[in-house]
Amino acid sequence: MADLTPPWALLAEVTHACPLHCPYCSNPLELTRRSAELAAAEWARVFEEAAGLGVVQAHISGGEPLLRPDLDEIVAGAHAAGVYSQLVTSGLRLTDERLASLRGLDSVQLSVQDARAADSDRIAGRPAFDAKHEAAAVIRRSGLPFGLNVVLHRHNLDHVDEIIDLALTWGAERLELANTQFYGWALRNRAALLPTRDQLAAAEQSIARRRAELDIVWVLPDYFTGAPKPCMGGWATRSLTVAPDGAVLPCPTARAVSGRPVPNVRESPLAWIWRESPLFTAYRGTDWMTGPCRECPRRHTDFGGCRCQAFELTGDAARTDPACTLSPDHGLILAALEAPAAGFVYRRPGAVPAT
Amino acid sequence: MRADWKPALPRAVTLRHDGVRDTDLLLMPERVVRLTGPAGAILRLCDGTRTADDIVMTLAARYPDAPIATEVPVFLQQIKEEGWLI
Repeated sequence: MADLTPPWALLAEVTHACPLHCPYCSNPLELTRRSAELAAAEWARVFEEAAGLGVVQAHISGGEPLLRPDLDEIVAGAHAAGVYSQLVTSGLRLTDERLASLRGLDSVQLSVQDARAADSDRIAGRPAFDAKHEAAAVIRRSGLPFGLNVVLHRHNLDHVDEIIDLALTWGAERLELANTQFYGWALRNRAALLPTRDQLAAAEQSIARRRAELDIVWVLPDYFTGAPKPCMGGWATRSLTVAPDGAVLPCPTARAVSGRPVPNVRESPLAWIWRESPLFTAYRGTDWMTGPCRECPRRHTDFGGCRCQAFELTGDAARTDPACTLSPDHGLILAALEAPAAGFVYRRPGAVPAT
Repeated sequence: MRADWKPALPRAVTLRHDGVRDTDLLLMPERVVRLTGPAGAILRLCDGTRTADDIVMTLAARYPDAPIATEVPVFLQQIKEEGWLI
């Protein structure tokens, strides 16, 4: 059996509701209804159980967590469990009073879609930029650590310099430039979002030139490196996700991956889910590996890449991640890079029929 | 190192003991740093009220046989350069 380590981090998706419609969203195409969401008291129990397992950090995300009227109770639950909490928000409706009500919150990450209002709003699918600008001021006034997050793709990669300017103007201490990963809505919109190699190279140069100005996080996307990412630091190794309905997953996109039942905090203790549930043990370690991974010297470094990506692209989560040049399925990645660009399908409940 | 420097953790950095792993940690928005040896004990004294000299003296009294006077100032400076002390 694979070595079992305690998890470090919990992604708490407290709702799938969101005022934005970003076509790169990693939420599943079938969004959880509000009526199925865990209550604040259930979240408090989740944080307590998670802390007991070894979780020290929680990212309180969604959807848009501010749409939960009881977000203050949810944050208090994390704080009471001794877990460092970060709010991951679009910033819409964030006021000084609301942020002050989130007692025990440790940091805030604000998303923005591009450097200019019109471009940013076009990606968000609604006017949002001005509200985000105000939210940045609210976060600055609170004194909480402030990170800005921008998901990058074909439509904003040419604006990286302006995005860095924006982060400095808005007073962020840290800028996460996250190249789109193709899951959920982003996979549906892949042809609209995939950048070109030239765009990535130019962005990388800008970032290298300006690293001294700001703490910038940037990773080249796996579609372009030929090497799979060490996804999540290995399946069910470092962190876990709790979805709005209490489903517990090794990563936010793992719901359909293995065909194994999805455990739920309403039915099972988190410790059992982490240590023993069929979903969490499915791809832990290296015993499950197939194809070129089995003998690969990098198998303890990249863990065979991403199980969700293997599943989404090949239908079999145990295959080598097609992002790897050694994968027999690598042609799927190369073909996607050659595909003509397409328009956005915005993230809206029901926008894509369930299959 | 300035004589009047009173090291303190910045607001973004939280020091806590992790009972599950029996180790001290620095927690930050996107990062966890696992502290080894006496690092946690030293940083626990960095509360913004003590100068670096005070911290050295306190630790020297606690651990008379350890090379506190030479190693602790270097450690504090290294941690400051990482951005985990102000």
